[in-house]
Amino acid sequence: MSTLVLLTLTGLGLGALYFLIASGLSLIFGLMDVLNFAHGALVTAGAYAAWRLTGHLPFAVAIAAAIATGAVLAALIETVLIRPLYSRPKDQILVTVGLGLALPALVQGIWGADARQLRAPRQLAGTVSVLGAKVPTDRFVLIAAAIVVLAALKLFLSRTRYGLVVRAGVEDRAMVTALGIDVRKAFTLVFAIGGALAGLAGALGGVYFGSVSPDQGTSLLVFGFVVVVIGGMGRTDGVALAAAAVGLIQQFTNYYAASGLGDFAAVAILAVVLLARGNRDGARRLIRRAA
Amino acid sequence: MILELDDVRVTLGGSHILQGVSFSVAPTGVTALLGRNGVGKTTTVKAILGLVPRTGRIDFGGDPVHRLRTHEIVRRGIGYAPEDRCVFAKLTVTENLALAERRGSAHAYDLVYELFPELKTRGAQAAGTLSGGQQQMVAIARTLLNDNRLIVVDEPTKGLAPKVVTEVAEVLERAAERVPMLLVEQNLALVRRLAGDGVVLAAGQVVHCGPVRELLADAALTQELLGVGQARGENVTLYTRPAPSGGSTHALAIVKDRQPPDEVSPPESTRSDAP
Ligand SMILES: Nc1ncnc2c1ncn2[C@@H]1O[C@H](COP(=O)(O)OP(=O)(O)O)[C@@H](O)[C@H]1O
Ligand SMILES: [Mg+2]
Repeated sequence: MSTLVLLTLTGLGLGALYFLIASGLSLIFGLMDVLNFAHGALVTAGAYAAWRLTGHLPFAVAIAAAIATGAVLAALIETVLIRPLYSRPKDQILVTVGLGLALPALVQGIWGADARQLRAPRQLAGTVSVLGAKVPTDRFVLIAAAIVVLAALKLFLSRTRYGLVVRAGVEDRAMVTALGIDVRKAFTLVFAIGGALAGLAGALGGVYFGSVSPDQGTSLLVFGFVVVVIGGMGRTDGVALAAAAVGLIQQFTNYYAASGLGDFAAVAILAVVLLARGNRDGARRLIRRAA
Repeated sequence: MILELDDVRVTLGGSHILQGVSFSVAPTGVTALLGRNGVGKTTTVKAILGLVPRTGRIDFGGDPVHRLRTHEIVRRGIGYAPEDRCVFAKLTVTENLALAERRGSAHAYDLVYELFPELKTRGAQAAGTLSGGQQQMVAIARTLLNDNRLIVVDEPTKGLAPKVVTEVAEVLERAAERVPMLLVEQNLALVRRLAGDGVVLAAGQVVHCGPVRELLADAALTQELLGVGQARGENVTLYTRPAPSGGSTHALAIVKDRQPPDEVSPPESTRSDAP
């Protein structure tokens, strides 16, 4: 029983991390059709920002700095590098891939390739007993952060003017501009939000893994993409569910099958979901043709 | 002239869709943009709004706008109801209207809800679940919400049931009393009823300009330019019956050719456009 509880909460913690990364990716792709391969680099940037400040300043400040680093970097990337290329999607992908490689390389150049230990504050380092299981406190912090972010994103999307613009833009960008709205402002905002969440994911990921390393963001990004594809582009609820599912399946597979098989399981679910979706679409097409 | 196009050219996917279109839109009443399917009417409208890359000169209210981006052109005071309506299917009716609210303009909700009372009662409904006619109402309402100096309406009656066509016609007539309109329309009865001047396109060029009444009175010319009378599989063709003297002008008779049943949706029904 205690193993089950530990695995579940750890899986949900991992899923929370994936959600923080994937929700931004999904909004960015849904609104702008941009596959942001630089998103993992923003996670790494946030992780290192938190690592540099931890121990010197209160941990909350380190987290805030990670969020700010992600947001500012993302807004810069959008305005300087992505914006001129909206009419050239292939070049846009190349730019984000290039950044995704260059930023971690820069981090490695400055702070070295080795993982650096991130000492979380005492309050986060302990464990909490749940039904006999000693669950590390940071799992709860991650889950809580994801829940707060999910609620905030939903409020933003449903209650604010910009949220309305984003939802409409996901459906039909051209029509949004034809209503007199400068949709590019929403682009920058969504990039910044995605970057902020990536930065937060970097900092909390550092706590979860106990260390930061230049490639951490990129490894997490892979699962971010898996979650986005399963959950749906521009669909925050779907992404949250998919993130939880992938985190749980990964943990359980790693424990009950073989360590390392969890990553494979995540990709396997992706394949199953894609095939099922393909079949459903295929079936629909058949029905339509028959009708 | 509220809008003037001079030598507007558009190339899409390597083909020259508009090959030097020049015409102007009168500062009052309705100017009809006519022509057979595929001659470039929608492309012309998109060129005006900057939704397709184009060359040439476009003046709106005396100022050049062809270098501006779409949202900047629209903010100068253009309301646009596109072909196929383009309402945001997942947004509610109220949200669709709220999105259209422009800063620096009064928002004529009174007028909109007076013209389209249904949009108020269906405010919380997702726009994608409305019937085609109701979606067209949303699209037209968006153009009337702001203080516009011109509204551009592209085929507002396309695919609508006859009864709904009449409703749309009435609304457009009222709108035209307030604001000049550039109207793309295949329904010649409606064009005759609403429009003063007409501009006819063929193969990406203007082939005729002048009062609509004179054009439509000339059966041979109408046949030559608009192909009315030919079997056109995808279109509802309407003819005007001479209105009884002193009677209503709503006498629209409809002749359909090889037309799949168009949407005949009672007001209470909900029809999803989602595939
Ligand atoms: N994106 C596009 N790429 C290539 N050709 C296009 C595109 N959009 C429209 N066309 C072509 O341009 C011509 C004019 O289209 P359109 O302006 O929609 O005509 P209309 O509105 O008069 O029916 C058509 O032959 C159409 O096939
Ligand atoms: Mg058209």
